Amino acid sequence: MQLVQCLSLAAVLFCLGLYGVLVRRNVVMLLMAVELMLNAVNLNLVAFGAFRDSIVGQVFAIFVIAIAAAEVAVGLAIVVLLHRQRSTVEFDELDELKG
Amino acid sequence: MVAEWAFLVCGVVAAVAAWRVVVVADVARAAAALAVAMVAMAPLFVLLAAELVAVVQVLVYLGATVVLFLFAIMLTRGARERAAVPARQGLGTVVAGGLLVPLLMAVRDAFGDAEVHPARVGGTAEVGASMLSGHVIAFEAMSMVLLAALIGAIVLARRD
Repeated sequence: MQLVQCLSLAAVLFCLGLYGVLVRRNVVMLLMAVELMLNAVNLNLVAFGAFRDSIVGQVFAIFVIAIAAAEVAVGLAIVVLLHRQRSTVEFDELDELKG
Repeated sequence: MVAEWAFLVCGVVAAVAAWRVVVVADVARAAAALAVAMVAMAPLFVLLAAELVAVVQVLVYLGATVVLFLFAIMLTRGARERAAVPARQGLGTVVAGGLLVPLLMAVRDAFGDAEVHPARVGGTAEVGASMLSGHVIAFEAMSMVLLAALIGAIVLARRD
């Protein structure tokens, strides 16, 4: 299998995630797009691990998955809290910290 | 040859599902598309001889993350997302496309004919040994991060 296939797919997934982060306004959608980007990074880590005959890529991919799970848990808790207090999940409307 | 075709099919499914995630208007459908994208990634990890990563991917993403997203969508229902701003769609397309094209060209230039050798990398046993020897501090720090995230999420989301 060619390395370039894995890297190209990861690049496509990462850019789709980036597009989602830039375009969507719902905070839940934003977190989903971030998950896509993290997954693209995982694919890169595993592919480079296989390319370099190294196990470390897989170890790091598992760490990234764990961090992503923690991030989603905290992020979604914040979203639920926002919805309860402000009745909105759109980040355009969340401008308390704006100077 | 079979591996090439399997990679192509799963890769196309993952890319199309990821595209659905970012463009579909209904948040619940986007979560379903995210589940498809995550499951379609798992065979790619198997093809790269990372069975443990594939299993963890399905367990964590399908078993925990997507379920968490569905719960969050249920709890925040009624908050409709307004249509995306066209100007921001243009910006998103320019930025994402402007990153994708140079990235694909750079990848092809740098690794044009490089082959991966998944069979030469160790399996699950080596991953476990590596985690509990060379990366044991990161591994323990990870458990602290997960515990902190768990407590933080409970504290944030509880009603008091």
